Amino acid sequence: MEITFRDAVTVIHGMGFGALLLLTFSGSAAAVYALSTPSSAWTPGGRDLTRLKIYFWGMAALAWLAVLAGAYVVYPWYRAHPPAGAVDLSGFPKALLMSSPATSEWHDIGMEWKEHLAWFAPLSLTAVAWLMGRYASALKDMRGVRNTVVGLLVLGFFATAVPGFFGAMLNKYAPVRGGANIVLMRGEAHDK
Amino acid sequence: MTNSDAHPTNGAAAATLLATGLGGLVLGLLALAGDALPAVAKALNIWNPTGPLSGVTLAAIVVWLVAWAILARRWSTRTLDLRLIGGVSAAMILAGLLLTFPPFMDLLQGK
Repeated sequence: MEITFRDAVTVIHGMGFGALLLLTFSGSAAAVYALSTPSSAWTPGGRDLTRLKIYFWGMAALAWLAVLAGAYVVYPWYRAHPPAGAVDLSGFPKALLMSSPATSEWHDIGMEWKEHLAWFAPLSLTAVAWLMGRYASALKDMRGVRNTVVGLLVLGFFATAVPGFFGAMLNKYAPVRGGANIVLMRGEAHDK
Repeated sequence: MTNSDAHPTNGAAAATLLATGLGGLVLGLLALAGDALPAVAKALNIWNPTGPLSGVTLAAIVVWLVAWAILARRWSTRTLDLRLIGGVSAAMILAGLLLTFPPFMDLLQGK
C-alpha cells in the first residue's frame, strides 16, 4: 500500500482540512441553535464560552489551512505545464483534463470556480468565529446578529461543499500525483 | 439594567458583515478582471506557481481586513440598522459569488 507524496498532500488538503471542516458545520449549527432558541436555558460563560470560541476558531483555521494548502501547494502541481510534445499527461492534471472534450469542463467550470469560491469560506468563518466570541451569549436576544451568524455560516458551508465536490471529482479524472512513494504497508501479490 | 441593556451594541457585527461583503465582492471583481484582461492577470500574478489567483486572493484579503479594521473602529460602540447593512452585504456577497462562477464570467465577456 503506497501513496505518492503529492497524493498524500492532496489527501491532507481535501480530507484532512476540507472534509473535516464540512463535518464541523453540524456542530456549529447545533451550537447556534442551542444559543438562539427561546426555550434554551444555555448561556455559555467561563469554560463553555472558551470551548465554543475554540470550536469556531478551529473551523476558521481549517478553512484557512484548506485554501492555503490548495492554492499554494496542490494548485501549482495541478496547473504545471507539460513540456512541448508530451504524450503522457498523467503528471499534468490540468493539461490532461483540457486534452479531451469529455473532461475539459471539469477544469473550465470545476477548477475555475473552486479556486475562487473556496476563499469565501475562510473569510466568512473567521467572521463567524469573531462574532461568536463577542455575541455568543446575546444571540437569543439580538436577532440581527443571529441572522448574520447564520448567513455567514451558510455561506461558509456553500464555499466549502461546492469546492469539496469539485475537488473530489477533479481528483477522480486527473489525480494530482507524483513525487516520492510513501510506503504505508507491505503486502503480497495474489490472484484473489 | 435589563437583560438587553447588558448586550453589546451591534456595530461590531455590522462592521464584520460589511467587510466580509466587500472582501467577497473584490474577490469576484478581480477574478473577472484577471480572466478578461491579460494585463490585469499579469499584474495579479505575484507568485508564478499559483498564477493570478495569488494576487486575486491577496488583494481580497487585504481589502477585507482593512475594511474590517476601519469599520470596527468607527462602529463598534454604535447601534446600526443591521437589516440595511445585511442587505447591502448580502448583495455584495451574491455579486462576488456570481462573478466567480465561470459561465457567468463568460456571459459578461460575451464568450
